[in-house]
Amino acid sequence: MSKVLVVTSGKGGVGKTTSTAALGAALAQAGDNVVVVDFDVGLRNLDLVMGAERRVVYDMINVIQGDAKLAQALIRDKRIDNLSLLPASQTRDKDALTADGVAKIIQQLREKFDWVICDSPAGIETGAIMAMRHADIAVVVTNPEVSSVRDSDRIIGMLDSKTLKAENGERIEKYLLLTRYDPGRAARGEMLKTEDVLDILSIPLLGIVPESVDVLNASNVGSPVTLNNPSSGAAKAYFDAARRLRGEKFDVVVPIERKGLMGRLFGRRVA
Amino acid sequence: MTEIRPFIRIRGRSIMALVLTPEPPLQGWMDALDAQIDRAPNFFEGRPVVVDLGTLPRDSRDAVPLLRAIEERGIHIIGTEAAHPSWEGLEAWGRKLPGGKPARPMEIAEPAPGPAVQPVAAPVQVAPAPLLVNQSLRSGQSIAHEHGDVTILGSVASGAEIVAGGSIHIYGALRGRAIAGLSGAPGSRIYCRKFHAELVAIDGVYQTAEDMPRDRTGNPACIWLDGDALRIAAIE
Repeated sequence: MSKVLVVTSGKGGVGKTTSTAALGAALAQAGDNVVVVDFDVGLRNLDLVMGAERRVVYDMINVIQGDAKLAQALIRDKRIDNLSLLPASQTRDKDALTADGVAKIIQQLREKFDWVICDSPAGIETGAIMAMRHADIAVVVTNPEVSSVRDSDRIIGMLDSKTLKAENGERIEKYLLLTRYDPGRAARGEMLKTEDVLDILSIPLLGIVPESVDVLNASNVGSPVTLNNPSSGAAKAYFDAARRLRGEKFDVVVPIERKGLMGRLFGRRVA
Repeated sequence: MTEIRPFIRIRGRSIMALVLTPEPPLQGWMDALDAQIDRAPNFFEGRPVVVDLGTLPRDSRDAVPLLRAIEERGIHIIGTEAAHPSWEGLEAWGRKLPGGKPARPMEIAEPAPGPAVQPVAAPVQVAPAPLLVNQSLRSGQSIAHEHGDVTILGSVASGAEIVAGGSIHIYGALRGRAIAGLSGAPGSRIYCRKFHAELVAIDGVYQTAEDMPRDRTGNPACIWLDGDALRIAAIE
Protein backbone atom coordinates (compact mmCIF):
# COMPACT_ATOMS: atom_id res chain seq x y z
CA MET A 1 0.00 0.00 0.00
CA SER A 2 1.61 3.18 -1.17
CA LYS A 3 1.85 6.26 1.02
CA VAL A 4 2.23 9.90 0.19
CA LEU A 5 4.30 11.80 2.71
CA VAL A 6 4.85 15.56 2.78
CA VAL A 7 7.87 17.12 4.45
CA THR A 8 6.81 20.61 5.44
CA SER A 9 7.51 23.36 7.96
CA GLY A 10 6.21 26.79 7.02
CA LYS A 11 9.55 28.34 7.89
CA GLY A 12 12.50 28.22 5.52
CA GLY A 13 15.95 26.89 6.33
CA VAL A 14 14.86 24.39 8.97
CA GLY A 15 15.96 21.34 6.98
CA LYS A 16 13.02 20.19 4.86
CA THR A 17 15.08 19.32 1.80
CA THR A 18 17.86 17.68 3.80
CA SER A 19 15.27 15.65 5.71
CA THR A 20 13.43 14.68 2.52
CA ALA A 21 16.64 13.34 1.02
CA ALA A 22 17.75 11.57 4.20
CA LEU A 23 14.36 10.00 4.95
CA GLY A 24 13.85 9.04 1.31
CA ALA A 25 17.23 7.36 1.16
CA ALA A 26 16.73 5.67 4.56
CA LEU A 27 13.39 4.20 3.47
CA ALA A 28 14.96 3.04 0.21
CA GLN A 29 17.91 1.55 2.11
CA ALA A 30 15.34 -0.42 4.13
CA GLY A 31 14.13 -1.93 0.84
CA ASP A 32 11.08 0.19 -0.04
CA ASN A 33 10.49 1.74 -3.44
CA VAL A 34 10.82 5.49 -2.93
CA VAL A 35 10.41 8.64 -5.00
CA VAL A 36 11.28 12.08 -3.67
CA VAL A 37 9.39 14.93 -5.34
CA ASP A 38 10.60 18.52 -5.34
CA PHE A 39 7.68 20.94 -5.06
CA ASP A 40 9.87 24.02 -4.72
CA VAL A 41 9.23 25.26 -8.26
CA GLY A 42 11.53 28.19 -9.01
CA LEU A 43 13.90 27.49 -6.10
CA ARG A 44 14.69 23.85 -6.54
CA ASN A 45 17.36 22.31 -4.34
CA LEU A 46 16.48 18.65 -3.92
CA ASP A 47 18.35 17.78 -7.12
CA LEU A 48 21.53 19.25 -5.63
CA VAL A 49 21.12 17.53 -2.27
CA MET A 50 20.46 14.24 -4.06
CA GLY A 51 23.43 14.79 -6.37
CA ALA A 52 21.32 14.55 -9.52
CA GLU A 53 21.59 18.12 -10.81
CA ARG A 54 23.75 17.05 -13.73
CA ARG A 55 21.12 14.64 -14.99
CA VAL A 56 17.98 16.80 -15.06
CA VAL A 57 16.34 16.97 -18.47
CA TYR A 58 12.61 17.19 -17.83
CA ASP A 59 10.86 18.31 -14.67
CA MET A 60 7.48 18.12 -13.00
CA ILE A 61 6.14 21.18 -14.84
CA ASN A 62 7.05 19.59 -18.19
CA VAL A 63 4.99 16.57 -17.15
CA ILE A 64 2.06 18.72 -16.00
CA GLN A 65 2.07 20.62 -19.28
CA GLY A 66 2.29 17.43 -21.32
CA ASP A 67 5.76 18.13 -22.76
CA ALA A 68 7.19 14.96 -21.23
CA LYS A 69 6.02 11.68 -19.80
CA LEU A 70 6.43 11.04 -16.11
CA ALA A 71 8.91 8.23 -16.78
CA GLN A 72 11.10 10.65 -18.74
CA ALA A 73 11.26 13.11 -15.87
CA LEU A 74 12.05 10.59 -13.13
CA ILE A 75 15.76 10.30 -12.30
CA ARG A 76 16.87 7.05 -10.74
CA ASP A 77 19.50 7.33 -8.03
CA LYS A 78 22.90 5.92 -8.99
CA ARG A 79 23.64 4.59 -5.51
CA ILE A 80 20.31 2.93 -4.69
CA ASP A 81 18.19 1.42 -7.44
CA ASN A 82 14.87 1.80 -5.65
CA LEU A 83 15.21 5.54 -5.07
CA SER A 84 14.07 8.09 -7.66
CA LEU A 85 13.77 11.87 -7.92
CA LEU A 86 11.17 14.00 -9.66
CA PRO A 87 12.84 17.41 -10.00
CA ALA A 88 11.09 20.78 -9.94
CA SER A 89 11.48 23.41 -12.63
CA GLN A 90 13.81 26.30 -11.85
CA THR A 91 12.57 28.65 -14.56
CA ARG A 92 8.91 28.68 -13.57
CA ASP A 93 7.04 29.65 -10.45
CA LYS A 94 4.52 27.98 -8.20
CA ASP A 95 1.59 29.09 -10.36
CA ALA A 96 2.67 26.54 -12.95
CA LEU A 97 1.51 23.81 -10.53
CA THR A 98 -2.08 23.04 -11.42
CA ALA A 99 -4.33 21.11 -9.06
CA ASP A 100 -5.28 18.62 -11.78
CA GLY A 101 -1.71 18.17 -12.96
CA VAL A 102 -0.40 17.51 -9.46
CA ALA A 103 -3.28 15.11 -8.71
CA LYS A 104 -2.52 13.14 -11.87
CA ILE A 105 1.20 12.93 -11.13
CA ILE A 106 0.68 11.83 -7.53
CA GLN A 107 -1.78 9.17 -8.69
CA GLN A 108 0.74 7.81 -11.19
CA LEU A 109 3.52 7.85 -8.59
CA ARG A 110 1.32 5.99 -6.11
CA GLU A 111 1.04 3.15 -8.60
CA LYS A 112 4.81 2.87 -8.98
CA PHE A 113 6.24 3.51 -5.53
CA ASP A 114 5.74 2.52 -1.89
CA TRP A 115 6.60 6.01 -0.71
CA VAL A 116 5.97 9.32 -2.48
CA ILE A 117 7.86 11.91 -0.45
CA CYS A 118 6.96 15.50 -1.30
CA ASP A 119 9.48 18.18 -0.40
CA SER A 120 7.38 21.26 0.32
CA PRO A 121 8.59 24.80 -0.34
CA ALA A 122 8.68 27.19 2.59
CA GLY A 123 5.66 29.42 3.10
CA ILE A 124 1.96 28.76 3.17
CA GLU A 125 1.12 29.61 -0.45
CA THR A 126 0.24 27.61 -3.55
CA GLY A 127 3.43 25.55 -3.60
CA ALA A 128 3.15 24.43 0.01
CA ILE A 129 -0.54 23.69 -0.35
CA MET A 130 0.01 21.69 -3.54
CA ALA A 131 2.75 19.68 -1.81
CA MET A 132 0.55 18.76 1.17
CA ARG A 133 -2.70 18.34 -0.79
CA HIS A 134 -2.54 14.58 -1.39
CA ALA A 135 -0.54 13.57 1.67
CA ASP A 136 -1.47 10.67 3.92
CA ILE A 137 1.32 11.49 6.34
CA ALA A 138 2.99 14.80 7.18
CA VAL A 139 6.44 15.21 8.69
CA VAL A 140 6.62 18.67 10.22
CA VAL A 141 10.25 19.75 10.37
CA THR A 142 10.87 22.12 13.27
CA ASN A 143 13.89 23.73 14.88
CA PRO A 144 13.84 24.22 18.64
CA GLU A 145 13.24 27.96 18.43
CA VAL A 146 10.12 30.05 18.84
CA SER A 147 9.74 31.32 15.28
CA SER A 148 10.03 27.84 13.80
CA VAL A 149 7.59 26.40 16.33
CA ARG A 150 4.98 29.04 15.62
CA ASP A 151 5.30 28.54 11.85
CA SER A 152 4.97 24.79 12.34
CA ASP A 153 1.84 25.35 14.35
CA ARG A 154 0.42 27.35 11.46
CA ILE A 155 1.29 24.60 8.98
CA ILE A 156 -0.30 21.93 11.21
CA GLY A 157 -3.51 23.95 11.11
CA MET A 158 -3.34 23.95 7.32
CA LEU A 159 -2.66 20.21 7.22
CA ASP A 160 -5.89 19.76 9.15
CA SER A 161 -7.91 21.93 6.77
CA LYS A 162 -6.38 22.13 3.29
CA THR A 163 -5.50 18.51 2.56
CA LEU A 164 -7.79 16.12 0.69
CA LYS A 165 -7.86 13.83 3.72
CA ALA A 166 -9.02 16.68 5.94
CA GLU A 167 -11.66 17.74 3.43
CA ASN A 168 -12.97 14.17 3.31
CA GLY A 169 -13.26 14.15 7.07
CA GLU A 170 -10.30 11.79 7.53
CA ARG A 171 -7.29 12.40 9.71
CA ILE A 172 -3.88 13.06 8.26
CA GLU A 173 -1.07 11.48 10.30
CA LYS A 174 1.29 14.18 11.52
CA TYR A 175 4.74 13.76 13.04
CA LEU A 176 7.25 16.17 14.43
CA LEU A 177 10.84 15.96 13.29
CA LEU A 178 13.03 18.16 15.44
CA THR A 179 16.11 19.18 13.47
CA ARG A 180 19.23 21.26 14.06
CA TYR A 181 19.07 20.22 17.65
CA ASP A 182 22.18 21.44 19.45
CA PRO A 183 22.88 19.22 22.47
CA GLY A 184 25.35 21.71 23.90
CA ARG A 185 22.92 24.61 23.82
CA ALA A 186 20.16 22.31 25.03
CA ALA A 187 22.27 21.33 28.04
CA ARG A 188 22.83 25.00 28.83
CA GLY A 189 19.12 25.66 28.51
CA GLU A 190 19.60 28.01 25.55
CA MET A 191 17.12 26.26 23.30
CA LEU A 192 13.46 25.51 23.57
CA LYS A 193 13.05 22.24 25.40
CA THR A 194 11.80 19.28 23.43
CA GLU A 195 8.94 18.84 25.91
CA ASP A 196 7.90 22.45 25.36
CA VAL A 197 7.90 22.05 21.58
CA LEU A 198 5.87 18.86 21.86
CA ASP A 199 3.56 20.55 24.31
CA ILE A 200 2.89 23.46 21.94
CA LEU A 201 2.53 21.41 18.77
CA SER A 202 1.05 18.28 20.39
CA ILE A 203 1.85 15.85 17.61
CA PRO A 204 3.92 12.67 18.06
CA LEU A 205 7.70 12.93 17.81
CA LEU A 206 9.34 11.15 14.89
CA GLY A 207 12.90 11.95 15.81
CA ILE A 208 15.48 14.45 16.96
CA VAL A 209 18.25 15.19 14.48
CA PRO A 210 21.33 16.82 15.99
CA GLU A 211 22.85 19.87 14.29
CA SER A 212 25.87 18.31 12.66
CA VAL A 213 28.68 19.05 10.31
CA ASP A 214 27.97 15.63 8.76
CA VAL A 215 24.66 16.97 7.43
CA LEU A 216 26.35 19.99 5.85
CA ASN A 217 29.08 17.86 4.34
CA ALA A 218 26.55 15.44 2.90
CA SER A 219 24.60 18.27 1.27
CA ASN A 220 27.78 19.71 -0.18
CA VAL A 221 28.75 16.47 -1.90
CA GLY A 222 25.19 15.88 -3.10
CA SER A 223 24.41 12.84 -1.01
CA PRO A 224 21.75 12.21 1.64
CA VAL A 225 23.45 11.92 5.04
CA THR A 226 22.11 8.39 5.50
CA LEU A 227 24.12 7.35 2.45
CA ASN A 228 27.11 9.62 2.84
CA ASN A 229 27.84 8.96 6.50
CA PRO A 230 25.53 6.22 7.83
CA SER A 231 27.31 6.01 11.18
CA SER A 232 26.85 9.69 12.04
CA GLY A 233 24.44 10.77 14.75
CA ALA A 234 22.26 12.60 12.26
CA ALA A 235 22.05 9.58 9.95
CA LYS A 236 21.08 7.38 12.89
CA ALA A 237 18.27 9.75 13.80
CA TYR A 238 16.96 9.59 10.22
CA PHE A 239 17.25 5.78 10.12
CA ASP A 240 15.24 5.62 13.34
CA ALA A 241 12.64 8.02 11.94
CA ALA A 242 12.34 5.87 8.82
CA ARG A 243 11.83 2.75 10.97
CA ARG A 244 9.05 4.54 12.85
CA LEU A 245 7.43 5.52 9.56
CA ARG A 246 7.52 1.84 8.62
CA GLY A 247 5.57 1.08 11.75
CA GLU A 248 8.17 0.10 14.33
CA LYS A 249 7.66 1.50 17.81
CA PHE A 250 10.53 2.47 20.10
CA ASP A 251 11.64 5.42 22.18
CA VAL A 252 13.22 8.52 20.68
CA VAL A 253 16.80 9.04 21.76
CA VAL A 254 17.71 12.58 22.72
CA PRO A 255 21.16 13.40 21.35
CA ILE A 256 23.65 14.34 24.04
CA GLU A 257 26.86 16.24 23.66
CA ARG A 258 29.92 14.08 23.34
CA LYS A 259 32.98 16.10 24.16
CA GLY A 260 36.48 15.22 23.13
CA LEU A 261 39.46 15.90 25.35
CA MET A 262 39.88 19.44 24.10
CA GLY A 263 36.19 20.06 24.54
CA ARG A 264 36.40 18.91 28.14
CA LEU A 265 39.45 21.07 28.78
CA PHE A 266 37.99 24.18 27.18
CA GLY A 267 34.31 23.41 27.43
CA ARG A 268 33.30 26.52 29.30
CA ARG A 269 34.04 30.07 28.53
CA VAL A 270 34.20 32.77 31.13
CA ALA A 271 31.45 35.16 30.22
CA MET B 1 -7.91 80.26 6.33
CA THR B 2 -6.58 78.40 3.39
CA GLU B 3 -8.80 77.83 0.49
CA ILE B 4 -8.86 74.23 -0.65
CA ARG B 5 -8.65 74.08 -4.37
CA PRO B 6 -9.33 70.95 -6.37
CA PHE B 7 -6.23 69.30 -7.68
CA ILE B 8 -5.77 69.74 -11.42
CA ARG B 9 -4.71 66.55 -13.13
CA ILE B 10 -2.69 66.98 -16.26
CA ARG B 11 -1.68 64.01 -18.31
CA GLY B 12 -0.14 63.62 -21.72
CA ARG B 13 -1.78 61.75 -24.53
CA SER B 14 -0.57 61.14 -28.00
CA ILE B 15 -3.06 60.70 -30.79
CA MET B 16 -2.34 59.76 -34.34
CA ALA B 17 -3.75 62.55 -36.53
CA LEU B 18 -3.98 62.37 -40.29
CA VAL B 19 -2.47 65.25 -42.20
CA LEU B 20 -4.18 66.30 -45.42
CA THR B 21 -2.16 68.42 -47.79
CA PRO B 22 -4.36 70.06 -50.43
CA GLU B 23 -2.50 70.71 -53.63
CA PRO B 24 -3.35 73.28 -56.24
CA PRO B 25 -5.34 73.34 -58.38
CA LEU B 26 -7.72 73.02 -55.44
CA GLN B 27 -10.76 72.01 -57.49
CA GLY B 28 -8.91 69.06 -58.91
CA TRP B 29 -7.71 68.07 -55.43
CA MET B 30 -11.27 68.31 -54.04
CA ASP B 31 -12.51 66.04 -56.83
CA ALA B 32 -9.80 63.52 -56.01
CA LEU B 33 -10.78 63.69 -52.34
CA ASP B 34 -14.42 63.07 -53.23
CA ALA B 35 -13.44 60.09 -55.33
CA GLN B 36 -11.40 58.77 -52.47
CA ILE B 37 -14.30 59.14 -50.04
CA ASP B 38 -16.57 57.36 -52.52
CA ARG B 39 -14.24 54.40 -52.63
CA ALA B 40 -13.60 54.19 -48.87
CA PRO B 41 -16.48 56.02 -47.21
CA ASN B 42 -15.44 55.20 -43.65
CA PHE B 43 -11.80 56.00 -43.93
CA PHE B 44 -11.94 59.39 -42.22
CA GLU B 45 -14.57 58.36 -39.70
CA GLY B 46 -13.45 59.01 -36.14
CA ARG B 47 -10.00 60.14 -37.22
CA PRO B 48 -8.69 63.57 -36.28
CA VAL B 49 -7.31 65.45 -39.25
CA VAL B 50 -4.81 68.29 -39.51
CA VAL B 51 -4.88 70.28 -42.76
CA ASP B 52 -1.50 71.35 -44.04
CA LEU B 53 -1.96 74.68 -45.77
CA GLY B 54 1.67 75.11 -46.71
CA THR B 55 1.00 74.59 -50.42
CA LEU B 56 -1.35 77.58 -50.74
CA PRO B 57 0.19 80.79 -52.07
CA ARG B 58 0.62 83.51 -49.49
CA ASP B 59 -1.94 85.83 -51.10
CA SER B 60 -4.49 83.07 -51.39
CA ARG B 61 -7.97 83.61 -49.98
CA ASP B 62 -8.90 79.97 -50.39
CA ALA B 63 -8.00 78.69 -46.90
CA VAL B 64 -11.37 79.27 -45.21
CA PRO B 65 -13.54 77.98 -48.08
CA LEU B 66 -11.22 75.01 -48.45
CA LEU B 67 -11.44 74.06 -44.77
CA ARG B 68 -15.21 74.52 -44.87
CA ALA B 69 -15.44 72.27 -47.92
CA ILE B 70 -13.34 69.58 -46.24
CA GLU B 71 -15.45 69.76 -43.13
CA GLU B 72 -18.64 69.46 -45.14
CA ARG B 73 -17.45 66.01 -46.18
CA GLY B 74 -17.65 64.84 -42.57
CA ILE B 75 -13.94 65.13 -41.91
CA HIS B 76 -13.05 66.10 -38.35
CA ILE B 77 -10.49 68.91 -38.52
CA ILE B 78 -8.63 69.48 -35.26
CA GLY B 79 -6.18 72.05 -36.53
CA THR B 80 -4.17 73.54 -39.33
CA GLU B 81 -0.51 73.64 -40.19
CA ALA B 82 1.69 76.10 -42.04
CA ALA B 83 -1.01 78.75 -42.37
CA HIS B 84 0.24 82.25 -43.14
CA PRO B 85 -0.22 84.60 -40.14
CA SER B 86 -2.09 87.12 -42.33
CA TRP B 87 -4.89 84.68 -43.12
CA GLU B 88 -8.01 85.38 -41.11
CA GLY B 89 -10.88 83.27 -39.92
CA LEU B 90 -8.91 80.10 -39.25
CA GLU B 91 -9.60 80.13 -35.48
CA ALA B 92 -12.82 78.20 -36.12
CA TRP B 93 -10.64 75.16 -36.92
CA GLY B 94 -8.57 75.29 -33.80
CA ARG B 95 -5.36 77.07 -33.07
CA LYS B 96 -2.14 76.39 -34.83
CA LEU B 97 -0.73 73.01 -33.71
CA PRO B 98 2.91 73.16 -32.76
CA GLY B 99 5.40 70.52 -33.83
CA GLY B 100 4.29 66.97 -34.03
CA LYS B 101 6.14 64.03 -35.43
CA PRO B 102 5.61 63.24 -39.11
CA ALA B 103 4.69 59.66 -39.91
CA ARG B 104 4.68 57.62 -43.10
CA PRO B 105 2.09 58.32 -45.80
CA MET B 106 -0.99 56.21 -45.15
CA GLU B 107 -2.42 53.73 -47.56
CA ILE B 108 -6.13 54.05 -47.84
CA ALA B 109 -7.58 50.58 -47.73
CA GLU B 110 -9.97 50.05 -50.58
CA PRO B 111 -12.89 47.69 -50.28
CA ALA B 112 -12.67 44.64 -52.48
CA PRO B 113 -14.11 45.49 -55.89
CA GLY B 114 -16.72 42.77 -56.24
CA PRO B 115 -15.63 39.16 -56.39
CA ALA B 116 -12.29 39.97 -57.99
CA VAL B 117 -9.27 38.52 -56.24
CA GLN B 118 -7.41 41.01 -54.17
CA PRO B 119 -3.76 41.24 -54.92
CA VAL B 120 -1.81 39.67 -52.09
CA ALA B 121 1.55 41.09 -51.32
CA ALA B 122 4.28 38.50 -51.59
CA PRO B 123 5.57 37.60 -48.10
CA VAL B 124 8.77 39.44 -47.52
CA GLN B 125 11.62 37.21 -46.39
CA VAL B 126 13.00 39.06 -43.39
CA ALA B 127 16.21 37.77 -41.85
CA PRO B 128 15.48 36.81 -38.23
CA ALA B 129 16.69 39.53 -35.92
CA PRO B 130 19.33 38.52 -33.39
CA LEU B 131 18.72 39.16 -29.70
CA LEU B 132 21.39 40.82 -27.61
CA VAL B 133 21.25 40.40 -23.84
CA ASN B 134 23.45 42.94 -22.16
CA GLN B 135 23.70 41.24 -18.78
CA SER B 136 23.95 37.92 -17.00
CA LEU B 137 21.07 35.50 -16.58
CA ARG B 138 20.31 34.55 -12.99
CA SER B 139 19.05 31.19 -11.86
CA GLY B 140 15.43 30.78 -12.84
CA GLN B 141 15.53 33.33 -15.64
CA SER B 142 14.62 32.07 -19.06
CA ILE B 143 15.05 33.77 -22.42
CA ALA B 144 13.32 32.39 -25.47
CA HIS B 145 14.03 33.86 -28.89
CA GLU B 146 12.30 31.59 -31.32
CA HIS B 147 13.85 32.94 -34.49
CA GLY B 148 17.42 34.08 -34.77
CA ASP B 149 20.56 34.05 -32.68
CA VAL B 150 20.99 35.07 -29.06
CA THR B 151 24.09 36.77 -27.73
CA ILE B 152 24.62 37.03 -23.98
CA LEU B 153 27.31 39.45 -22.85
CA GLY B 154 27.26 38.01 -19.31
CA SER B 155 27.01 34.55 -17.85
CA VAL B 156 24.17 32.06 -17.69
CA ALA B 157 23.75 30.77 -14.14
CA SER B 158 22.85 27.29 -13.02
CA GLY B 159 19.11 26.99 -13.34
CA ALA B 160 18.85 29.65 -16.05
CA GLU B 161 17.89 28.83 -19.60
CA ILE B 162 18.32 30.26 -23.11
CA VAL B 163 16.25 29.00 -25.98
CA ALA B 164 17.17 30.27 -29.45
CA GLY B 165 15.93 29.59 -32.94
CA GLY B 166 19.50 29.95 -34.17
CA SER B 167 22.89 29.96 -32.48
CA ILE B 168 23.76 31.02 -28.94
CA HIS B 169 26.82 33.07 -28.07
CA ILE B 170 27.73 33.49 -24.42
CA TYR B 171 30.62 35.76 -23.55
CA GLY B 172 30.63 34.67 -19.91
CA ALA B 173 30.24 31.26 -18.32
CA LEU B 174 27.51 28.84 -19.32
CA ARG B 175 26.39 27.12 -16.12
CA GLY B 176 22.75 26.64 -17.03
CA ARG B 177 20.94 25.36 -20.10
CA ALA B 178 21.44 26.41 -23.71
CA ILE B 179 18.96 25.17 -26.28
CA ALA B 180 19.82 26.26 -29.84
CA GLY B 181 18.41 25.60 -33.28
CA LEU B 182 14.85 25.44 -32.02
CA SER B 183 13.40 26.47 -35.36
CA GLY B 184 14.82 23.35 -36.96
CA ALA B 185 18.26 24.72 -37.66
CA PRO B 186 20.77 21.88 -37.21
CA GLY B 187 23.56 24.20 -38.31
CA SER B 188 23.15 26.30 -35.17
CA ARG B 189 25.97 26.36 -32.67
CA ILE B 190 26.53 27.22 -29.05
CA TYR B 191 29.61 29.15 -28.01
CA CYS B 192 30.71 30.10 -24.51
CA ARG B 193 33.78 31.43 -22.73
CA LYS B 194 33.55 29.00 -19.80
CA PHE B 195 31.81 25.72 -20.24
CA HIS B 196 29.96 24.38 -17.18
CA ALA B 197 26.61 23.67 -18.83
CA GLU B 198 23.86 21.66 -17.17
CA LEU B 199 22.35 20.84 -20.52
CA VAL B 200 22.99 21.76 -24.13
CA ALA B 201 20.70 21.01 -27.06
CA ILE B 202 20.78 21.75 -30.79
CA ASP B 203 17.79 21.02 -33.00
CA GLY B 204 16.31 18.66 -30.40
CA VAL B 205 19.48 16.63 -29.75
CA TYR B 206 20.46 17.15 -26.14
CA GLN B 207 23.11 16.16 -23.65
CA THR B 208 23.15 16.57 -19.86
CA ALA B 209 26.20 17.47 -17.81
CA GLU B 210 26.54 13.83 -16.80
CA ASP B 211 27.34 12.77 -20.36
CA MET B 212 29.64 15.63 -21.30
CA PRO B 213 33.39 15.26 -21.60
CA ARG B 214 34.89 16.46 -18.32
CA ASP B 215 37.98 17.90 -19.94
CA ARG B 216 35.94 20.63 -21.60
CA THR B 217 34.78 21.93 -18.23
CA GLY B 218 35.80 25.50 -17.51
CA ASN B 219 37.24 26.12 -20.97
CA PRO B 220 35.99 28.16 -23.91
CA ALA B 221 33.88 25.78 -25.93
CA CYS B 222 31.94 25.41 -29.13
CA ILE B 223 29.11 22.93 -29.48
CA TRP B 224 27.68 21.76 -32.79
CA LEU B 225 25.59 18.98 -34.23
CA ASP B 226 27.41 16.27 -36.19
CA GLY B 227 24.67 14.09 -37.65
CA ASP B 228 22.85 12.87 -34.55
CA ALA B 229 25.63 13.54 -32.09
CA LEU B 230 26.58 16.71 -30.27
CA ARG B 231 30.22 17.64 -30.47
CA ILE B 232 31.90 19.78 -27.86
CA ALA B 233 35.26 21.21 -28.73
CA ALA B 234 37.54 23.62 -26.95
CA ILE B 235 38.16 26.96 -28.60
CA GLU B 236 41.79 27.91 -28.42
